[in-house]
Amino acid sequence: MSAKPKVAFFDFAGCEGDQLEIINLEDRLLDLVEVVDIVSFREAMSEHSDDYEIAFVEGSITTQHDLERLEKVRSNADILIAIGACATIAGVNAIRNDQDFEKVKERVYGEDAELFDDPDAELFEAFEKAYPAQAFVDVEYQVPGCPIDGDEFIQMITLLLEGGDPSLPNHAVCVDCKIEENTCTFERGETCLGPITRGGGCDATCVTQGARCWGCRGMVDNPDDDVYEEVLQEYDVTTEQLVNEFTLYWSWERNPEYPAEPPEVQQ
Amino acid sequence: MSQDISIEGDLVTRVEGHGEVLVNATNGELEECEWQVVESPRFFESMVVGRSWDETHHIVSRICAICSATHTMTALKAIEDGLNIDVSRQDRKLRKLVLAGETIQSHVLHLGYLALPDLAGKKSVIPMADTHEEEVKTVIRLHELGNDMLRTFEGRASHGQRTIPGGFTQIPDESELKEIETALENSWDDVEAVVDLILSLAEQLPDFTRETEFISLTHPDEYALYDGVPYSSDTGELDLDNYEDIVNEHVVEQSTAKFTKHNRKSYMVGALARVNNNYDQLSPKAKEVAESFGLEPVCHQPFMNNVAQLVETAHLIENSLDLIDELLEAGLEEQSDYHKPDVDVTAGRGIGATEAPRGILFHDYTFDEDGIAERGNCVIPTNQNHANIQHDMEKMVPTMIDQPQDQIQHTLEMLVRAYDPCISCSTHYLDIEFVENENEGE
Ligand code: SF4
Ligand code: SF4
Repeated sequence: MSAKPKVAFFDFAGCEGDQLEIINLEDRLLDLVEVVDIVSFREAMSEHSDDYEIAFVEGSITTQHDLERLEKVRSNADILIAIGACATIAGVNAIRNDQDFEKVKERVYGEDAELFDDPDAELFEAFEKAYPAQAFVDVEYQVPGCPIDGDEFIQMITLLLEGGDPSLPNHAVCVDCKIEENTCTFERGETCLGPITRGGGCDATCVTQGARCWGCRGMVDNPDDDVYEEVLQEYDVTTEQLVNEFTLYWSWERNPEYPAEPPEVQQ
Repeated sequence: MSQDISIEGDLVTRVEGHGEVLVNATNGELEECEWQVVESPRFFESMVVGRSWDETHHIVSRICAICSATHTMTALKAIEDGLNIDVSRQDRKLRKLVLAGETIQSHVLHLGYLALPDLAGKKSVIPMADTHEEEVKTVIRLHELGNDMLRTFEGRASHGQRTIPGGFTQIPDESELKEIETALENSWDDVEAVVDLILSLAEQLPDFTRETEFISLTHPDEYALYDGVPYSSDTGELDLDNYEDIVNEHVVEQSTAKFTKHNRKSYMVGALARVNNNYDQLSPKAKEVAESFGLEPVCHQPFMNNVAQLVETAHLIENSLDLIDELLEAGLEEQSDYHKPDVDVTAGRGIGATEAPRGILFHDYTFDEDGIAERGNCVIPTNQNHANIQHDMEKMVPTMIDQPQDQIQHTLEMLVRAYDPCISCSTHYLDIEFVENENEGE
């Protein structure tokens, strides 16, 4: 990698909260531009260049157009990093993966849903499901979360620039809860996805803030083995229950698909 | 002088989401002028269906990160309306502080990171860190102030986790309130610096006027952001229960997004609409800022939306100080760290409206007796402004048709950015007709 690598940000279907978290680094964003050369960042810049080494990709892939753009980014970049739940595991976008797509369109567009069948209505195309980047292209690294955590993002870039390996930790959010000295959500009589959600970057913030873990960082590598068993035993829950219930973020991950051919487009 | 112009398919950068401007003129005659919106549909109104009432706000906050707290709050108001859930006075004040924090961070982001480079003739804020170091640091400090408020009241700068139906899981303690109070008090120098900076560049704001209708919330006792009823500058107070008759979402042949209209062919929402409709309730310092720019109601210059955001930033700082004073004076009612209000789930339909940084936002949900959502509808401010942007362009382009193409493009992009559109918000998209470029006279 060059001394001051060129980096670019790209967004697909998402809320752009991960780019916002990067802007929210405030002063530290100025430090960041000392060590990397940002050549494309649509949320904050007019300039754009296709010459970059590291590409950050935010948001899910939901249309043929998205897919073509993603493939182009992949071929331009040496290193592709997915940021945020939408890009790493399809995030909330994948909630509709478990719904009947005809109903999905109808609920949002009413009678106009038929535009998806109209070949002249070019923008009205969508895959039946939402996908993360890894469903279609190789992804070197991931920064999980909805949104990502600014500190974790900085740590990952620093490690990358120093030639280290910014792979993700693989312990459950429960470990972070212990460090934060939170009262366990199960002890409060609720269900929490912490025992099989990948921790190590969010400080269990949702539990710390009084809510429960919703699973936004995705599952640990192997939910059957890497589970935080203490909690499951104490409160008599199974991994299967956790995988199948209360899943706002796991619709794709529960049943990951890696289409060899582009999915059929509804247009 | 006449020329052929064709600007097509240029992504307007520095706005949230994806917008395109299309202008097509032959021999100085305008043939096409379109404000297009291009983004993959995300189907939020379907995502909430079949899921529980206590997840709705969590899902829809992901419509947009910059206004995630307002989406959360509007969803909560709708859920609370539908399920008859009460919210305490204290919690309402704390929610107003959440909205103030979000609006400050959003306005400063727009003014400092997105609009200022236009005025200063720069491509982005990043090179400005060298040429305008002090100014950029000031903008960053103010932006951080908004985010610190969000962290204090909502737990996180975006997609906060503390606001839930019926109140908060957790609230700040008095010492945290006092910290924010001090930060707000210390921010006046920064606000004044930004006011001076924008004043010095204000002549760069294109001088353009087009009469339109302004829709926002209004409230008898306060500058309305959280509480209030819808209000039109043309027709007065409006009925929230019939919000569908306020927005009249409709299909326009040459556009991708559903447009809205009320009393005229288009209306405007956002900071300028609020300042126009509720000017008298602005705080003293906010009025001073407005006066220094000559902004007085009713102002029909869309570019003044930037100034209105600055006026509101001053107002929100003063208003937040008042709210914190009131909370401290009354003494904070304690609540446990994992608080969860008792809610009796019933079937019902609820509608909520809140002022997002970009304008009035409507959410509408219907729940069955188990609290499972059967239907959802969100009408987002950016969509309500699309028609107004389109009509502004139609009036503006003929007046600049002799200017160089890149100048026209730049001015139109500035116009779009003045509305601060958050296009990732726009949940409804409709047909688009791609117009062939005709450039025959070349
Ligand atoms: S992962 Fe979350 S924060 Fe990031 S784009 Fe998706 S919804 Fe937004
Ligand atoms: S606690 Fe769970 S839902 Fe919250 S940020 Fe961490 S992983 Fe995501």
